[in-house]
Amino acid sequence: MAPIGRLFLLVLLSTALTISSGSGDGFSINGRVKIPQGLGTKGFALPGKTSNVKVILNGGQIVTYLRPDGYFSFQNIPAGTHLIEVAAIGYFFSPVRVDVSARNPGKVQAALTENRRGLSELVLEPLRDEQYYEIREPFSIMNVVKSPMGLMMGFMLVVVFLMPKLVENMDPEEMRRAQEEMRSQGVPSLASLLPGGGGRN
Amino acid sequence: MAIRSFFVPFLLFALCFNSSLTPVLSLYEDQVGLMDWHQQYIGKVKQAVFSTQKTGRRRVIVSTEENVIASLDLRHGEIFWRHLLGSNDVIDGIDIGLGKYVITLSSGGSILRSWNLPDGQMVWESFLQGPKHSKSLLLVPTNLKIEKDNVIVVFSNGRLHAVSCIDGEVLWNKDFEAESFEVQQVIQPPGSDLIYVVGFAASSQFEMYQINARNGELLKHESETFSSGFFREVSLVSSETVAALDSTGSILLTISFQNGEISFQQTPISNLVEDSSGPAVIIPSSVPGIFAIKTNAITIFIRVIGKGKLEVVETTNHETAVSNALPISEGQQAFALVQHAGSEIHLAVKLAHDWDGNLLKESIKMDQQRGLVHKVFINNYIRTDRSHGFRVLIVMEDHSLLLLQQGAVVWSREDGLASIIDVTASELPVERDGVSVAKVEHNLFEWLKGHMLKLKGTLMLASPEDVAAIQSMRLKSSEKSKMTRDHNGFRKLLIVLTRAGKLFALHTGDGRIVWSHLLRSLHKSEACKSPIGLNMYQWQVPHHHALDENPSVLVISRCGPSSGAPGVLSFVDAYTGKELNSLSLVHAVVQVIPLPYTDSTEQRLHLLIDSDKHAHLYPKSSEALGIFKREFSNIYWYSVEELDGIIKGHALKCKCTGEVADEFCFDTRDLWSVVFPSESEKIIATVTRKSNEVVHTQAKVIADQDVMYKYISRNLLFVATVAPKGSGEIGSVTPEESWLVVYLIDTVTGRILHRVTHHGAQGPVHAVFSENWVVYHYFNLRAHRYEMSVIEIYDQSRADNKDVWKLVLGKHNLTSPISLFSRPEVITKSQSYFFTHSVKAIAVTSTAKGITSKQLLIGTIGDQVLALDKRFLDPRRSVNPTQAEKEEGIIPLTDSLPIIPQSYVTHALRVEGLRGILTVPAKLESTTLVFAHGVDLFFTQLAPSRTYDSLTEDFSYALLLLTIVALVAAIFVTWRLSERKELQDKWR
Repeated sequence: MAPIGRLFLLVLLSTALTISSGSGDGFSINGRVKIPQGLGTKGFALPGKTSNVKVILNGGQIVTYLRPDGYFSFQNIPAGTHLIEVAAIGYFFSPVRVDVSARNPGKVQAALTENRRGLSELVLEPLRDEQYYEIREPFSIMNVVKSPMGLMMGFMLVVVFLMPKLVENMDPEEMRRAQEEMRSQGVPSLASLLPGGGGRN
Repeated sequence: MAIRSFFVPFLLFALCFNSSLTPVLSLYEDQVGLMDWHQQYIGKVKQAVFSTQKTGRRRVIVSTEENVIASLDLRHGEIFWRHLLGSNDVIDGIDIGLGKYVITLSSGGSILRSWNLPDGQMVWESFLQGPKHSKSLLLVPTNLKIEKDNVIVVFSNGRLHAVSCIDGEVLWNKDFEAESFEVQQVIQPPGSDLIYVVGFAASSQFEMYQINARNGELLKHESETFSSGFFREVSLVSSETVAALDSTGSILLTISFQNGEISFQQTPISNLVEDSSGPAVIIPSSVPGIFAIKTNAITIFIRVIGKGKLEVVETTNHETAVSNALPISEGQQAFALVQHAGSEIHLAVKLAHDWDGNLLKESIKMDQQRGLVHKVFINNYIRTDRSHGFRVLIVMEDHSLLLLQQGAVVWSREDGLASIIDVTASELPVERDGVSVAKVEHNLFEWLKGHMLKLKGTLMLASPEDVAAIQSMRLKSSEKSKMTRDHNGFRKLLIVLTRAGKLFALHTGDGRIVWSHLLRSLHKSEACKSPIGLNMYQWQVPHHHALDENPSVLVISRCGPSSGAPGVLSFVDAYTGKELNSLSLVHAVVQVIPLPYTDSTEQRLHLLIDSDKHAHLYPKSSEALGIFKREFSNIYWYSVEELDGIIKGHALKCKCTGEVADEFCFDTRDLWSVVFPSESEKIIATVTRKSNEVVHTQAKVIADQDVMYKYISRNLLFVATVAPKGSGEIGSVTPEESWLVVYLIDTVTGRILHRVTHHGAQGPVHAVFSENWVVYHYFNLRAHRYEMSVIEIYDQSRADNKDVWKLVLGKHNLTSPISLFSRPEVITKSQSYFFTHSVKAIAVTSTAKGITSKQLLIGTIGDQVLALDKRFLDPRRSVNPTQAEKEEGIIPLTDSLPIIPQSYVTHALRVEGLRGILTVPAKLESTTLVFAHGVDLFFTQLAPSRTYDSLTEDFSYALLLLTIVALVAAIFVTWRLSERKELQDKWR
């Protein structure tokens, strides 16, 4: 695999003739799939092996594989507008529309259908790599706090430690009044314990 | 895992969550294999070549009927690499060149490819053309060289090519222009520079061409006429002799073309065998000096001695298979012979010139469910004591592949599962007292330890060893592979019918084969020459009062390829795989209609329509007949005649008249027909709703508290037609001359409820119909992109029921009966979006009660399955949704549907050669089970709105327990503290 990977790095030396009139009844489409090395290495999704990259014409009419240097070709293609798709695990390729013209053979007419970008030569590159898995967030205290269990604990802590503090900080006058009120009402209410609640009296 | 009752209050809460737009399906990498399984297959092996390299791992290269080439580990049968070629690119031959390249010839001999043996990378590809169509033959001579280049000899399309093994360049070629020349064999005698091309011309002339292998020069051309003609195949007896049969199949011919002289030797078969009857066929083989012919059930092995003298060495009436010859040492060639005898198979390895002596003779016990041996491939190895050892690869009738060595089956592959015809799901038995329950957790400590590990995993504190421990713990969980029904309905049996006529039951928990059964009724027999399995139906699904019975499935098959061939029914027990009963029918089976009625033993009534448009009722019992008579006038069905472009509606008329009359046969009448004009429309797709789909509610509450009523009818049919010109491939038609018309047709009345024309659109159309909507995928030629459209159909007649006062006063029409014969007032809404990929299959998730929101499952051209929320295909999407609409969960309109990599159900896996997707509801409302099949199998559980009704698999009980313990401790500590404080206060 290593030498094949390196070959992908090779800069395209000569412009490939995309469409040529083949012998016999059709034309041939030649092109190349280029997977930049930078993509697919980040994260932990393994990029698919280049030997498993399929190039598909017209939704499955012809399926071909890549040569070690990334080139592919379709033969005996009638004139018309065709669609080429690249199926590679780990990468998102835009389908490509390729016009094969009967009048002036050899004319290159290719465009990505996703963003309508024209291609001067049939070199297909992935638009982006595909991450199939969620990435686990690293451990952080915030995550634990935010989880339902953490919220529950947080609330309990607030009740246990902050509430007495609130009571403590109260004015001794108000405190006494509240206690009296409590005695008179019989049932202690949380609202009456709070400083705001006491202010109403 | 589910704690359902506790979490019902959370249901609404979770559903609210659901309206957020994050992908719902996301999976962490360490969860792979937890709920899903993936199995890789290759299909029935057509040809196998052993890699005889001394170093490296031992492999066998195979090509299969599923059009796969694969490299298998000879030790364990695992796949090293595998490629599935296109469906138009059928493999004609494979071989190994130079010991390091796999050479394949495909597409009727016009594409020659070379693959790197260790990793399956394509090395080169060569396109071979020729003047006319012909048989294609691939020959890789071991030591034929042209200027240091090893040569591959290919005969294809009426031309002989010599191709360089290194770079695929054509070194020379030679045309065989003669009009009627039919090539039979290309022979390259080892050690010489000659190539012989032999074949027949004008069916009675034998032609021999001698060609110089170095430059393709024709050295000699001889032909000889044999008056009574030849019968198809020839068998190569030596490098200069072939055996053939005359056109009547009664005279054996040995044709020798030594030194360019053709000579015939005729031997009537009756001279060799006394009791031969009927025409014989030659079994193609390449064992020197010996060939085999078959008459009726008798196989005869004949040895050629000297010049055209024939001698019968063995006649046998057992099923027999012979391998090709394998050169083992100088001048010695061995071959393998496999014969059936009862439940055993006898394997013999013999030397080609010595029939009576055996190099090896073994008997191996063979599973009866594998059927007959279809193919044998032999390979040898040198034992430590320098003697020859043999291993034999056999292909069985059920498409499985086995490696035999030293009298035992070393490994086997169930490759029949690569060609699934139909799938259905069945429940497992209920857990009873007698049924042993596997111990789930050993003790509390173990349980806690496990959960602590899981907790560590979720907090990302786990070391790699811990991660491995968690993974293995999860996978081992015996819970999911138990053989009993579970509370959540996750455990089921998937009953699978394969092309080989074998039924498999797969456990949804881990994908293992619970039972497999080669159907007797799908076995070749005198009455039924070439049986084909067609469909499977749930025959008996016991629920309430018939729980003691096992569920059973009905398998429909047909004797022969034409639709008029008589049908065969077999009934198979879903728990054991036993064939309960099988019926050979006198009539054909064109259509099967499972009726929504069951008898007292929960057997479903089925109506079988034959080619003469008679309807036959099954089961043939008086009880069933009684039920059927009651519903006689309520049974409607439709038929689609794709070739004529007609859709017809039918109903029952009366009892059959004529010679086939019996109580259970009925005449039918046509109710309506829709005829599509053949010059402008051609039917390419028809889709209906799944008959077992559950719809929770008819009402749909939309923004501003309005209600819309879904038009829900089981009798809606979606039909797509295209212009006849546009029915070909993409690129064969211009946008102006192609259109796609879509219809929604009521199948009871034949009324067209909706019709839409997409100008400049083309097939193929893939569609799915569910509830009141249909989604279809097609190609837009103007934009040159794929599109998906949605049509939703709503009932207007109930629209005025919104008024609360009407409901209060009882003036609503909600209880009024619905009849399809009254003209429905419907409105439709539709919208279209671009979709990036080609599509192979579309399905929709289905849940037990139909409450959970739906997802579309789209099998893309890359053999992945994408889950797409139905809310993306909502015709009420607009560019700027109002606040109320946003709250309802309407997504702002975009021109194309999003492809979120995390929502690939198959994550980083491929379901090679994807053909179908089946969804089965689990008992738990939130969850649906998904089974995708092609050459590979993939199964997973999906929760389209998350698992709002159960705790997820990675729910940490340990954390819950810890929290509780911590809280209790905190209570005690604070209690103590407060007590002490109180005391101090009192002292103050």
